[in-house]
Amino acid sequence: MHELAIAESIAGTVCERAGGRSVRRVTVRIGALTAVVPDAMRFCFDLAVEGTIADGAELAIEDRPGAAHCRTCGLDVRLEHPILLCPCGSADLEVTGGRELQIVSLEVD
Amino acid sequence: MCATCGCGHVHETITLEEKVLAHNDEIAERNRKRLESLGVRAVNLMSSPGSGKTTLLERTINDLGGRRSITVVEGDQETALDAERIRRTGVDVVQVNTGAGCHLDASMLDRALDDLDPAAGSLLFVENVGNLVCPALFDLGESGKVVIISVTEGTDKPLKYPYMFAAADLVVINKLDLLPYVEFDVDACRLHVASVNPAASVITVSATRGDSLTDWYGWLFS
Repeated sequence: MHELAIAESIAGTVCERAGGRSVRRVTVRIGALTAVVPDAMRFCFDLAVEGTIADGAELAIEDRPGAAHCRTCGLDVRLEHPILLCPCGSADLEVTGGRELQIVSLEVD
Repeated sequence: MCATCGCGHVHETITLEEKVLAHNDEIAERNRKRLESLGVRAVNLMSSPGSGKTTLLERTINDLGGRRSITVVEGDQETALDAERIRRTGVDVVQVNTGAGCHLDASMLDRALDDLDPAAGSLLFVENVGNLVCPALFDLGESGKVVIISVTEGTDKPLKYPYMFAAADLVVINKLDLLPYVEFDVDACRLHVASVNPAASVITVSATRGDSLTDWYGWLFS
């Protein structure tokens, strides 16, 4: 359940940056190749912000699909899983998206 | 009017655009610089529980301990049992208990380094919590990540836990001595590792019988 540690990290940053104001909404960006499960993230976020200035804040999640560029055939492929395989058969792929794990913004009073 | 709650207030949006694990990564970078300045090679050992991490460490310390100073950080949810095993080999060890936590993070290694104070030019092994999911996400500041899988596990483990295997610099297939008694397919496992991490090296060893440990020591000193 690494989502709890990640949620605590988000809560820590958010409370530090909110400057003492109540936090209404936190937007995070989660790539499909990060091993972070959005539903588990929401559950843990609510726990992590309990009793802080972000208690009750909404967590908005921007999904980012996994993407890679095939160095063999030049195709840009979409990756559902972190298994590097191009339809052409090549495994020589450069991951170009899906590894994002960022706090985008927060909305405060 | 506020788009979030319709309350009539004007809320301010603060743009951050920063990595969620930025704090962990900062501490990890500090650990890395500290270890590099001492010339310490720090290896993060990760696997599922029971793959033979501690046995491989005991064997490694017995074989190399006379040649190079070694220290160990043991990560487990509870107990100091593994630290006691390592302490019996004669090296300095710090046990980190994560409680409900399922992985080590950079601040835990930071504190452990204060306690251990590894000698210049030494080898530091960090035995992470036995778990093939969470430890993959947390940079500790190590110089190499090793994932251990044993032949009593499924051949397809690299596909089932791709994030962990994708993070590895080296994959060690352990318990080679048990290969005649199990269904494990070493070549298929190598292909599975390559499909999630073409850059990873793969070696096969038996930590208890000592098979092919020269490959392991060769990697450690490469």
